[in-house]
Amino acid sequence: MLSVNLVIIIPFLIAIIIPFINKKLTRVHIGWIVLLVPAGLFIALASYIPSIASGQTFAHTIQWIPTFGVNFTTYLDGLSLIFGLLITGVGALVVHYSIYYLSSKESLNNFYIYLLLFMGAMLGVIFSDNIMVLYVFWELTSISSFLLIAFWYHRKRSREGAQKSLLITVTGGFAMLISFIMLYVITGTLSVREIIGVIPDHTDHVLFIPAMLLLLLAAFTKSAQFPFHIWLPDAMEAPTPVSAYLHSATMVKAGIYLVARFTPVFGGDAIWFWLVTGVGILTMFWGAFNAVKQMDLKALLAYSTISQLGMIMSMFGMGSAALHNGYSTDSVIYTQATFAALFHLVNHSTFKGALFMVVGIVDHEVGTRDIRKLGGLVTLMPATFTMAAIGSFSMAGIPPFNGFLSKEMFFTVALNIMELNIFNLETWGSLIPILGWVASVLTFVYCLIIVFKTFLGPYQEEKLERPAHEAPVGMLTGPGVLSLFVVGIFFFPNILGDYLLRPAMNGIFPEFVEGLGVEIHAWHGFELELFMTIAIVVLGTLLFVTLRYWKGIYNLFPETWTFNTLYNFALHQLEEKSYPVTRFYMTGFLHDYLVYIYLFFVVVIGGTLSYTGAFSFDISDNVPISRYEWIIVMVMMVAAVSILFAKSRLTAIILNGVLGYSIAVLFVLFRAPDLALTQLVIETVTTVLFLVCYYFLPEWKKEDAPRRSKTSNAIISIGVGTVFTTVALAVQNGKLFETISGYFENAYELAGGENIVNAILGDFRAFDTMLEVVVLVIAGIGVYTLIKLKPGKEDKNVEDQ
Amino acid sequence: MKINNVILRAVTKIVVFIILTLAVFLFLAGHNSPGGGFVGGLVLASAFVLLFIVFDIETIQHAIPFDFKKIAALGAFIAVATGFGSLLFGEPFLSQTFGYFDIPIYGEMELATVTIFEAGVALAVVGVVVTIILSISEDV
Repeated sequence: MLSVNLVIIIPFLIAIIIPFINKKLTRVHIGWIVLLVPAGLFIALASYIPSIASGQTFAHTIQWIPTFGVNFTTYLDGLSLIFGLLITGVGALVVHYSIYYLSSKESLNNFYIYLLLFMGAMLGVIFSDNIMVLYVFWELTSISSFLLIAFWYHRKRSREGAQKSLLITVTGGFAMLISFIMLYVITGTLSVREIIGVIPDHTDHVLFIPAMLLLLLAAFTKSAQFPFHIWLPDAMEAPTPVSAYLHSATMVKAGIYLVARFTPVFGGDAIWFWLVTGVGILTMFWGAFNAVKQMDLKALLAYSTISQLGMIMSMFGMGSAALHNGYSTDSVIYTQATFAALFHLVNHSTFKGALFMVVGIVDHEVGTRDIRKLGGLVTLMPATFTMAAIGSFSMAGIPPFNGFLSKEMFFTVALNIMELNIFNLETWGSLIPILGWVASVLTFVYCLIIVFKTFLGPYQEEKLERPAHEAPVGMLTGPGVLSLFVVGIFFFPNILGDYLLRPAMNGIFPEFVEGLGVEIHAWHGFELELFMTIAIVVLGTLLFVTLRYWKGIYNLFPETWTFNTLYNFALHQLEEKSYPVTRFYMTGFLHDYLVYIYLFFVVVIGGTLSYTGAFSFDISDNVPISRYEWIIVMVMMVAAVSILFAKSRLTAIILNGVLGYSIAVLFVLFRAPDLALTQLVIETVTTVLFLVCYYFLPEWKKEDAPRRSKTSNAIISIGVGTVFTTVALAVQNGKLFETISGYFENAYELAGGENIVNAILGDFRAFDTMLEVVVLVIAGIGVYTLIKLKPGKEDKNVEDQ
Repeated sequence: MKINNVILRAVTKIVVFIILTLAVFLFLAGHNSPGGGFVGGLVLASAFVLLFIVFDIETIQHAIPFDFKKIAALGAFIAVATGFGSLLFGEPFLSQTFGYFDIPIYGEMELATVTIFEAGVALAVVGVVVTIILSISEDV
């Protein structure tokens, strides 16, 4: 079996070599190669199912920064396995679908690199046990999804949608980082499993609630919960395979994963319960309410995703109540909320993935997604219609599709939760089933809109870009497989329950060993839940038929009151207000910038050092200065002063070279041949560089500055010089920290090198050297691009379209 | 402006080989005596820079048909990739190791993985220095 760490690394490795493969491969669509990655990983992960189902878990550690406890530790349990299977499984179908969706004229290189980066990052999020590593992968999902959403970057709306999603999700990410640091302060460990183990002793810690709130902020922004949901509809500017992937199976579920994973840490607390449940149920209602008014099929699906995510979120919130009374058998009945949440999570991925692909097919074949232009496609696209109907009716919660089962369970849970006598549920608890039920009615309405407005009614060919016809088989495969799952799960739900959901429950509630296996029944008698569903169907159909009479209520709600307006306003104001501030100090004069830098240096560094009393020096036990050193220092001083009075650039450069070479000679005197050598070569190369640069500059003119600026310049220079000199003199006395001068003394034994300098560079502090090399290359690329790349003609196309 | 630089050219043709040899020597000597990837790379780069100054850019680019941007990228890639190499052996990132081997002709020699890392450093230095000097001097 494949190590889980490797499962995370493989997509990144393949992403690196994609451009090289694509160059060699001209006949075949590169997608077929990429397809092997998620398919292979899916099989690898699926091979874990039997052992996970029997209660095993797998942890594997690769040491990274063991000193700080930051290690690349992966943890595979039931919960992460479900997410892993969804990411790779839906990922494989999406890649297969994209082969037919994207023509080879698009920049497929970029597309598949971003997609693989995203896949790897998502796998990293769900399998990481170390919260710092989790955070890194979390931000990587934001960045890679930004790239995916902005894939058609020549469109203004794509860029704006990508920016919006990045701003919102990264804000959440930062909140999460702070929360994780707080968790580390509270518990003293970075491992999620260890945090879960020790957290019961720390629940009254002063940072416990702030950490929880910040973590929830991260989860809510990522999972597009109210009021952060506004980025998700705009993210629909991405190509449809991306939408299907990001918004059915992966990115938006990262927040849900986070809530599920941290339920054992924070669950049982009233704030957690009310925030997760309340925000979830509100999101469910708000998403469904807004979905009905959408005219674009993809926007409609986006709002429906928001709504469904809210539903899953609220169920996780209700499930967390089980932890309130500790690990007692009474609590076990509430865990079925979590079970229902996990169940609906899987169901949602199947039907929403299929629906997104279906909408993509419609868009691809007729050129529009506007439901006012669509209609009557059923006879022309029968297979697409079937899949759309299966997906929609599953989302609407009608048998015989899997959405029915999880929706019934949702009602059961929402009705039961009122009977809990905690958290003021006896008064406010009744809102949960009511809001949930109203949202479900609206869900039913928009599901009917998807099916009936698109596929039934009059066929208006004149409004379409292309006459409709059935999509190729390759495009139908992805949604077809997902539709099969939708039906299959309805008839055999307990296979899923036993092998995936029950182990996942064990992951969330590790202490509840017994009684977590919830049986799923399609028929549970004439209970209240069933009547609720029947009422949904009746009322929903009525509302759908009378849609045009009551649609006016959406106009009652002014457009300027939405969160979108708030976001745009805030962004606009930020740019507007920051502009004068920036103009104030970014004057465009090098002189001013140098003044800022030097003033900062003198005030902050000099001030801090004199405040802390670091400026004490004692030269009594210094080594006597030899004759040669005197001579060289004199030469340097003369050269330095002469630079100020140099008449031409060439003289100045050469005098500067004199300074550099003298320093090299000093290094020789101090028995540091390595440094002297480097200094000599560096000096040579920089002198050449200066000469090359100055060749293009105009003649040196004597600056005639006004007296006042001359005085201030003089004061600043003297200040800088004084601070530098004092720092240099005080360095040997200021021992604020423990000395580190001894760590390389056994260089020969440890690194096998007699040259201590190089042993430090290559062995002891190799990380520094590596990053320096990277910085050097980045600087080189920066110089190259600044000089070479001038805006060409083709760049003009990247304007607003 | 046309200057007579016959002597400079004649000297450069010989000196460049000495500099290049010195660069390789410095690079290999770095483990036990002064030298190493950074200095080796710099000396190598200064040899190229000398060539570019004395002869014109087209001639040298014809004679040394490398894309120095790619060399810089390759160097950074090697430096980072060696770090990941140690992960394969279950060691922390960037761990280096060394050993003594009996090699024909040379006898017993010390071989260290740090040399690969240093090679990455050297390539990055050469690539960046030459790229910067070339792009500035070509920009008229």
